[in-house]
Amino acid sequence: MADHLLRLERIGKVYHAGEPSQAEVLHAIDLTLEAGEFVAIMGPSGSGKSTLLNIIGLLDRPSSGKLFIQGQDTGQLDDAALTRLRGESIGFVFQYHHLIAAFTALENVMLPMVVDRGFPDLTCEARARDLIDRVGLTKVADHPATDMSGGQQQRVALARALVMTPQIVLADEPTGNLDSKSADDVFALMREVNTKSRTCFIIVTHNRSLAERCDRIIEVVDGHIRNT
Amino acid sequence: MTYGLPLEWIVAVRFLYEGRLQTLFIVVGVSIGVGVIVFMSAMLAGLESNILKRVLTTQAQIQVIAPDQVARILRDPAREIEDATVQRPSQRLALIDQWQSIVRLLRDEPNITFVSPTISGSVLAIRGEASRSITLVGIEPDTYFRIVKIPDYVVAGHPRLTSDSILIGIELARELGARVGDKINITSANDGQRVLTIIGLLDFGNKSANQRSTYVALRTAQSVMGMIGGVTSLDVSLHDIYAAEDMAQTIMASHRVVAESWIKTNAQFFSAIQAQKATNTLIRLFVGLSVAFGIAAVLVVSVIQRSKEIGILRAMGTTRGQIIRLFLLQGGLLGFAGSLVGAVLGAGGLVYWHSVARQSDGGELFPLVLEQQLFVYTAVLATLTGLLAAMAPALRAAKLDPVVAIRG
Repeated sequence: MADHLLRLERIGKVYHAGEPSQAEVLHAIDLTLEAGEFVAIMGPSGSGKSTLLNIIGLLDRPSSGKLFIQGQDTGQLDDAALTRLRGESIGFVFQYHHLIAAFTALENVMLPMVVDRGFPDLTCEARARDLIDRVGLTKVADHPATDMSGGQQQRVALARALVMTPQIVLADEPTGNLDSKSADDVFALMREVNTKSRTCFIIVTHNRSLAERCDRIIEVVDGHIRNT
Repeated sequence: MTYGLPLEWIVAVRFLYEGRLQTLFIVVGVSIGVGVIVFMSAMLAGLESNILKRVLTTQAQIQVIAPDQVARILRDPAREIEDATVQRPSQRLALIDQWQSIVRLLRDEPNITFVSPTISGSVLAIRGEASRSITLVGIEPDTYFRIVKIPDYVVAGHPRLTSDSILIGIELARELGARVGDKINITSANDGQRVLTIIGLLDFGNKSANQRSTYVALRTAQSVMGMIGGVTSLDVSLHDIYAAEDMAQTIMASHRVVAESWIKTNAQFFSAIQAQKATNTLIRLFVGLSVAFGIAAVLVVSVIQRSKEIGILRAMGTTRGQIIRLFLLQGGLLGFAGSLVGAVLGAGGLVYWHSVARQSDGGELFPLVLEQQLFVYTAVLATLTGLLAAMAPALRAAKLDPVVAIRG
């Protein structure tokens, strides 16, 4: 049987275990995702969806259960190997863009490749320029990253998430801070990348209409997946 | 981005540039600290070398003299002495026994550069109606001038001594009303007498020395004092001037003489140098500490300000090691930049102070000693201080949980 792109087996997460403030945020979650999927994760605030996203993004470790990426048990990896896998396989888009102000738009897009190689070179720049062109920011490529509109910054963030050609892109409220026009543009862009390169997109959102434009909706309520 | 430059360098420089006001303030702080260190060290080195030069060019590093004459109690074997007060005899001019063989042995010592026999004693200098009591020093100019730099103190005439010439201090010349080329009569207590021609006037920068010091050829002094072939001291110079006391002890252990090192005869001055060095070390230490805390404080603030960026870099795959290096580099760069500006400030300040601060006679207060080594040493030390100071903030940054950091 071919490996799934992403497989969660009875993933649980408990904060402050053993302390009076102990909080169980995720309860034995099972989930499987394949390449090319375009998935929305919905749920009320505090339901555990961001925690689930952090665990899938290898930014956080589960308290129990197993997470497989392309058949590899991530629980067996040490911190350095996990960091490497995260850099190579996963791209992130955050609600507030989180571009690094000390760099231009183009340099922000180059950064993940520079992190991977240890230093910048022509290939990094060429790849980053290609993506900047694809997200329609050719004219402002060399502007300081934070001197742009919210929509432009989010498109830079999307280009940055895609520069390493990751199999999975995790987007936490990617359009939550944008006007409807910019939100539609960014969403369309993500859809286009998803269709063309079979990148799996996992989008956390509160926006029901946006979620309904995805292939599948995963609802997280009180740390459980209700329906998929 | 500059191609080929490591990620840590690129991000470190960009972070420092982006927070340029903060960077400017801390670089100014480090520069002032480094400037103070450079200024103090160079000035103290100059002062020390100046004082050392003054001390060591007017006296030998070791002076070997005959031992004191001591009175001994005559013992009667039949009777024990129950009590006695032994009076110290008056010391007549004592000659060194077998000085030629001692000189030969001393010249074979590897640490000894020159040995010069001298004879000195009190005589009268008479010119016309004026007479003054002076110290007449008989020397072998060839070796003595290599130990005590008499030619450096000649302000008129020349120092080339012959058997009937004399070098005298400017105060004595003034008191006797004599000039270069004039003759003076030298008379010793045992009626030895010579008429000598003044060939040079000496200024030691000390009135008493200028009143009493006179120099003649060894044989001339021996003849005036009626001690043909005798010497009262051997003046010794060394390769390592700070080994003088050990060498003096060695000489005393192997010969029947007393050897006094410049360290012992200038104990007060020597302890002043040591105190000066200790003070300088303390100043460097405290300035270094304040520089280190300054850099650490700025970087701690920077870690807090940049926690989101650190989180994003970690999410992109940046390792903890890269984050540590990124902050260590910032510390090192701040220290290095501060040391460059500080070295210029310190050196500039010193040059200005050197030109302004003068002695009462108008001469320089201290020689300008700006060794390349001092700048290299300060730059390395400041950079290392920066690196060390950045250690705690760097570890703190590396420990940041990316999830918490991104959430802010």
